[in-house]
Parts: sequence; structure tokens; C-alpha cells
Amino acid sequence: MKIVNVTHGSFYAIGAYAAASMTAAWLAHGYPPMLSYAVLVVAAIVVAAPFAILIERVILRPLYSRDEVVILLVTYALFLILEDVVKLIWGVNPYFIAEPYALLGSFQVAGMAYPTYNLILVAVALFFGGGLAWLLHSTRAGKLLLAVIHDPEVSRAMGVNVGRYYLATFALGSLLAALAGAFTAPTVSVVPGLGVEVIVLSFAVVVIGGLGSLPGAAVGAVMVGLVRSLSVHYMPQVELFVIYFVMAVVLALRPRGLFSLAEPRKI
Amino acid sequence: MKQGRIRRDHTVAIAFAVFVLLAALGPWLPQWAMFIMTVAVARGLVVLGLLLLLRAGLVSFGQALFYCLGAYSAGALGRFFGISDIFVEMLVGGAVAAATAFVLGFLLARYRGIFFGLLSLALSMILYGLLVKSEALGSTDGFNILPSTLFGVRPGPDWVRYAVLVSAAAVALVAALAVHRYLNTPLGRLAPAIKDNEIRVEYMGASARRAVHVKYVIAGGLAGVGGALAATVVGHIDPEMAYWTTSGEFIFIAILAGTGNVIAPFVGALIYGAIHTMAYDLSPNTWQMTLGVALLLLIVFLPSGLWSAFSRFRWR
Amino acid sequence: MSFGNRLAVVALTALAAAAAAPSALAQNVKIGIVAFISGPAAAPFGVPAKNAADFVIDELNAGRGPAPYDKKGFGGATIETVVVDEAGSTTTQVTEFRNLVQRHNVDLVIGYISSGNCLAIAPVAEELKKFTNFFDCGTPRIFEDAAYKYVFRTSPTATMDSVGAALYVRDARPNIKSIAGLNQNYAWGQDSWGDFELAMKVLVPNLEVKTSQMPKLFAGQYNAEISALLGAKADVIHSSFWDGDLEALILQGGPRGLMKSSLTILTTGETAMHKLGAQIPDGTVLGARGPFGPFAPDNAYNKWFAAGFEKRFNAPANYASYQMAQAILGVKLAWEKAQAAMGGGTTAGGKRPTNEQVAAALENMTFEGPGGTVRMAIGKGHQAIMETAYGTTRLANGKLTLVNVKRYPAEKVNPPEGVKSADWIKNGFKQN
Repeated sequence: MKIVNVTHGSFYAIGAYAAASMTAAWLAHGYPPMLSYAVLVVAAIVVAAPFAILIERVILRPLYSRDEVVILLVTYALFLILEDVVKLIWGVNPYFIAEPYALLGSFQVAGMAYPTYNLILVAVALFFGGGLAWLLHSTRAGKLLLAVIHDPEVSRAMGVNVGRYYLATFALGSLLAALAGAFTAPTVSVVPGLGVEVIVLSFAVVVIGGLGSLPGAAVGAVMVGLVRSLSVHYMPQVELFVIYFVMAVVLALRPRGLFSLAEPRKI
Repeated sequence: MKQGRIRRDHTVAIAFAVFVLLAALGPWLPQWAMFIMTVAVARGLVVLGLLLLLRAGLVSFGQALFYCLGAYSAGALGRFFGISDIFVEMLVGGAVAAATAFVLGFLLARYRGIFFGLLSLALSMILYGLLVKSEALGSTDGFNILPSTLFGVRPGPDWVRYAVLVSAAAVALVAALAVHRYLNTPLGRLAPAIKDNEIRVEYMGASARRAVHVKYVIAGGLAGVGGALAATVVGHIDPEMAYWTTSGEFIFIAILAGTGNVIAPFVGALIYGAIHTMAYDLSPNTWQMTLGVALLLLIVFLPSGLWSAFSRFRWR
Repeated sequence: MSFGNRLAVVALTALAAAAAAPSALAQNVKIGIVAFISGPAAAPFGVPAKNAADFVIDELNAGRGPAPYDKKGFGGATIETVVVDEAGSTTTQVTEFRNLVQRHNVDLVIGYISSGNCLAIAPVAEELKKFTNFFDCGTPRIFEDAAYKYVFRTSPTATMDSVGAALYVRDARPNIKSIAGLNQNYAWGQDSWGDFELAMKVLVPNLEVKTSQMPKLFAGQYNAEISALLGAKADVIHSSFWDGDLEALILQGGPRGLMKSSLTILTTGETAMHKLGAQIPDGTVLGARGPFGPFAPDNAYNKWFAAGFEKRFNAPANYASYQMAQAILGVKLAWEKAQAAMGGGTTAGGKRPTNEQVAAALENMTFEGPGGTVRMAIGKGHQAIMETAYGTTRLANGKLTLVNVKRYPAEKVNPPEGVKSADWIKNGFKQN
């Protein structure tokens, strides 16, 4: 959508907090722990959706006609506001929900115990990635969305309701961020400032993979994760900035990212 | 043509007027206000460089790299050489940063759009990582800078804020006017052309890449000077100066101020600093929200940045 | 409106804001309190510290403090506070400190948790001649690298935590042969591990360091590091993690058996005790950065503070709360001592000691607080030393208790006057 969206990180945090607090309440009431996974998903969607719709309709929509950088600015201001909104709603204390993580137990790999939850997360990521790709390329709505992104004016001239597509895209993107936060919540302690780091990392992944390319994002994510884990094991000193180093190297060799799409330019 | 000439005259005159006003009124301003203004001048210098790049359509998310380099150069001067002259610090900071920008520019000048932005961010984060690793430089705790001297004289405690502010404003005046001159040279005028349509620029025989490289070096140098100044004013440097959130602040001020005029970055930085500190004062529990709301309102009501508020009224 | 007018408006607004800053009632004592009330450091340190400040100040203002803190407020005058969030860059913090001193005209400042901020603020406090008491920070650099007249710290440095940890571990596992570390990759983590490693090498000849994992601050995900540590199979694992990272470590490492495979010592583990009690595996060693929380002595001050705090905030006081409490109490005592030296009278009655007089009173002072004895013994009388304690966890009837608690006297875990912490450790902890 050609928006550099800083609020993405806020949605990650909102999803994590919503999931953590609702799951904690669910478990405290003694409901079946196995259903807590569903609670994670539902909580994230239910809480994040109104935020997404409100933000897109009220704040972003009037500003689409302006320069791209203005939108960046607006999302940054929104990010600041949402940080404190999250703090006001959920407080500063860390939330933790250990059960969804511990319930699935662990399995043995190469003499070490590895949590099953993490493996399931990989499967979930593949599911969502694949689902999104299918949505974009195989459904009519998805193809229309690609058209809208490429040229909103012509799309509008062809009778497509561009406004609704923008809303849907923003909402979908934000919900995915919220879900990511929700799925990560059981593995970490949910604290203020959760959304900050994730923004830069996700931009790094997108840039490494190539803008607008879904398989690129997947490859980028795997690369980032692998590089980090490898550096932890073999060269802990560089762990801090190795991601950025990789980003710089990838961009130096492939200036538009690994899987960049050929972009027609207007002269 | 006639309009362009009027605009240039106004800028030089206004810049000098502001400087004189500051120098005259300075001793009557409260110390804390002078501190905030000096920090605004430092930030304004960085944003001035960003203005150059923004005009060419390039958003650099990594100016913090040069800001930090400038700051650490100033700190190193004090720590390893015992030098604390404020002008020397700014000069060395700017030079080190400009030299680095020259080298990095060979890589960066090829990129546009978000790739330029994120590559510059990556480079600045690499510096951050290196500094955090360096326990000799204090890692994340950083270290303190010697109190400033001007031409060998250390101003007394009552005058130091004023002296530093006027020195900083003088440097800013020179920088702003220099950039203003540059913008009217052929290379400077290339910026909006590159932003609009780079292929046509190349077709007409100019090198977009070289222009971008030059602008990047100037922007880097300015950021280095700003960093050195900020370091001496605050008295402390740490790696967070290279963190991407610092770059984010500069970008914010840059877009807020708009690219209309070379004075705008300083005004924008001052307003940002004022709102920031007022937010801390009024709502210590929710200052982020106050800051965000204030900035949102400014964006919504001033579409092309703060400067549009001035220019809108001028052409009446 | 021309540009000039606009500029004037902006300038005037700023000045108006300055004039609008509330001035204190002449007879009140205005204290600036600085702590993290937003961001990740808020929950474990900033908010408990601010709560402690609120509690202690309210009690003091009502004259309910235990003797010798029973005089109302500071020397009879009511205490009022100005709170500043410690979040933001050092530039912001220095700006806000100057605002506190020059715009709000506070009488003194008590605050600062982050070592970086303490280092930056100390020279500014000295420049502005404002009495400042750092209640937390970890770094020993403040008074080792420079001497100050107006700056104090009423809590021990982080060196004490690392040396105490080394002593405890050596006592618990006399046959220890190897260590490993998991610390956050910034000054606090680097220094904590550095001091611990140095101390262990002095205590145990031929010690092997298997690995030192240094993940990014707030990384949140430590599976890779935990795998590396499990593979290293060291006798002892040292970690100075705090808040979310600490909780994540416990939640991720516990189920994977990390604490069982090596003796794990968490130097700031006390903050996780209350929330995560049941999740901490037995046999984990916890510290509270001094004789605070579960290690606090059973004296009148602790009885008053711990019970009152828990009653008001429905949560037990953690070490940050204790540090803030003793910071305020120490300054109160110094203020009143200075006032007495002026010939008696009360602050409300106009007898207000200057910052210089309060500073002179606090120098080299010894006082009692909820954590026990505080002696301002090093850093030319500006830096406090205390004893420290560590204990091992054991779950009893579903409640987390600490067994095998060992206390180490102040001289064993703090360097002597004039000796840098690193040198002191290297020379075998000599207390000439």
C-alpha cells in the first residue's frame, strides 16, 4: 500500500497484551487450558480490529492525498499515542501466560529439549503466509487489491471501491501484526515497549526479502532468524548488529531486495 | 523569477535578524530556556542536512550515525587529547562525519526510496552495536564530556549557557546561509528534479548519483556538527545517539518543519523540543500520548510542514 | 501575520509557560523525584520506587515515621514532590533535570535508576549546585571516576552484587570448576558479568569460563541462548537479567531444565519472586541487590515500611522500593542534622538548611533504614555500603521460600575508600 506504517508495532503490542490478559483471565476462571489457543486468536482479533478500523477511517483516510512522508509521520504520532493507551489499559506490569507454551511440552532433538510450541508456530506462520498468498493471487478480491495498490486512480476509474480496499488492507495487515503478538505472548513476558523493536526487525525482513514480495518476506524472515541463532552460537559478540549487517550486505548486492518484483516506472 | 529573488532576500535578512535578536535578548532568557534552545539548534543542524536530502526525495533513517560520530569525536577530543574548545569540537565532529559520509556515499548514492532509508538505518544501527560492545567507551553508559571552553576561556557558570547558545547560533547561521546559497547553485537545484524524475535528469547530462553523493556528504557533515554541539551542551554521550529512534526524531522534525526554507528546521526543532518538555511537565504519566496528539494536530493542520503556515500568510 | 510576529508568539508562549510553573509554598520542601514510570523499566523498578516515595513521604508528612524519623516531613515542613519520568534519551533527562532545578526550583532531587543517566546528571547537578541523591544506578564509576560535593548515592553499587554472588556460589559449590553467563548486552549486563567473572577467577584458581551469552536487551526470546547454555554444561550460570527478560528466562529456561542442570544464580531475581514464585525451580539462587525484601532485617523500620507498603499497594515492596525508602530517610536525617546545627528551629519556621549544609551533613553519615545499616563510607563519604545476602529457593506448601540464606558483611563485598572496584577484585578483595 506504499505506506511505511510505524503503527504496525503498536498492533503487535496490542495483540500481545490482549491475548495475554484475556488468556490469563480465561485460565484463572478455570476454563479448559487447551482452548486457550483459541482465546489467543480471538482476543487479538477482537481487540485490534476496532483500533484498526478507527485509525484507518478517522485518521488515515483524510491524509492519503498527501505526501507519503506525511503518512509516515502520522503513523509515528499514532504509535506514540498507542504506547500510552496500551499503558493506560493494561498497566506497566509484565503479563505472562505460561500455560499455552508449557502445555504442548517439548520433544528431543539432537540431545536437547525443544518446545513443541515453537514448531507449531512455524506451521502457523506457513499457514498464514500461504493463505495470504492464495488470497492475493487466486481470489478476485486479492487481484483487485493488487490492482488498487499499483494504481489507485485507474482502479477507481474502473469502478473499484478503493476506500474499502484500503481499509481492508490496513485492517488485515494490522490484524496479522496483532496475531503475531498474540502468538508470541506465551513465550515472552509482555512488557511496555514490546512494539518498538519489532518494527525495525519487520522492516528489515521486508527489505531483505524485497518489497511487495510474499515469498521474499518468508525467506527474509527465515534468514533473519537463522542468522541470529547462528551468531548466538558461534559469534556471540556480533549478535547485536548482525541483522543490520546482513541487511546492508543484501542491499549492497541486490539493491531492491532478494525477490524484488520488476516494477514498471512511469517516465 | 521576481518572486524567487524576493524569497532569497527575505531568508538572509530573517536569519540575521533572528541571530541578532537572540544575541541581544539572550542574557534575559531563563537558563533552562537557553538550554532547550541550544539543543534545538543542534537538532536543527541535523535536520538542515535532512532538508537537503528530502528535497531530492530521499529520506535518510540513519542521520543518527553522523550525529553520534560527531558526538563521540567531540568526546574523544576531550578524553584523549584534553581539548574542550567548542568550535574545534564542532569542526572535528563535522569533519569526521563528512569523511564517513563520503565513504559510505559510494554505496548509498545508488539507492532510492525506502531502500535508501533502511540501508542508512542499518549502517547507523551497526555503529550502535559497535559502540555498545566497546567497554572502553563505556558501552551503553557512555561517558562525560569536558565542559566547553571558547577560544581557551571557560565561561563562568552564569554566562556559559549564553555563550554556548550564541556560539551555536553563529555556527547555525553560517550553515543555514551556506545551504541556502548551495540550493541556488545548479547542483542544488537538481534536488527537486531528482525527486520528480531521475531518468530525465540523467538524460539531460547531469549525474544524479554525484548530486546525491554530494548532498549526502553535506548532510552527514551537518549532522556531525550538530552531534558535537549536542554532546558539549548535554555534557554526556552514549550509543543511543546512534539508535534509530534518534533518527526518527530528526525525520519527524524535518517533515514537521517542511522543506520550504533553511530556517524552518531550527524553528521545527525548537517547537518539537518545547512540546516534548511541556508534555513531560503536564502529564508525566502519559507524556507520550500528549506528544503524539500535539504532533498529530500539527500535521493535520499544517499539511506542508510548519513553514506553510508562514508562507501561506505571506502571499496574501 | 509576518514571520517576526510568529516568532514572537512562540517565544512569549514559552516564557509564559515558564512563568506558569507553580512556585512552592515558601514553607514546603520541594523534592524532585525521577524514576521510570513508562517503558520496560517501570514495572520492576520505577513504579515500585515511586510508590515507595509516595508511601514514605505521606507517612513522614503525617509524622508517622519511626524514630528518629518521627519529625513531620523534613524538619517540620511538609514535603511536596515533582515527579519526572526517567524514560527518554539522556538529552531529555538532562533537559528535565535542568527544568526541575531552574524552572520548578526544587530544593533537592532524589532519583535515577539508569546508570547512564546517573553519569550524565552528576556533573550537571554539580554545575547547578543542587543536592542530588541517586537512589539506584548500578555503576561504581560515578564516584570512582570523579569527586562530587552535591551528589550522593545511598545504595551500594552493582559490584557488591557480583562479588556477593561469587562468594555465595563458591560457598555453595566448593568444587566448582566452570561458569557460564547469560547477561544483557549493555553496560549493566557487561559490568555484572565482568565483575562476577573476575571475582570467581580470584576465588577459584583454574576456573573455566564455558560461555558468556550476551543477548540484546529486551530480546525476550532466549531459546538459542538456553540451548547454548545447556550444551555448555557449566557448574554455575550467572545472570543479571531483570523484569521481562528475567521472567522470560524463568519461563523459557525452567521447563527446559536449565536451573536443574547448572546452579543458576539470578542476582536481581527478587523482583520475580512475587509474581512467578511457583515457576522458579527449586535450587535457584536469588539476590535482591542488598539486604532488601526477603533479606531485610527484622527492625522497626522494616516492620513499618514493609507492612505499610503492602497494605497500601497490595503488593510486597521490592528492592527498588527499599532503595527509594532509605534514600528519602537518609536525606531527611541529613536535613534535620543540618538544621540542628543551624541552631534549631523548624523549616516551616524559616530555618532552611542550604544544599551545602545538607551535603556536609550526609557525608560519612551512618543511618538505619528498612534494609538495615547504611554507611556512607566510600567515594569520599558520598557512596553508601551495606551488607548483602543471597538465598536458595525452595517451594514449600506452594509458597516460595528462601533457604540457606547467607549474609556477607559490607567490608567483604564493597571496595575500600579510594580503590576502584575492578582493581580491588583483581587484588583479591584486600581491605587495607
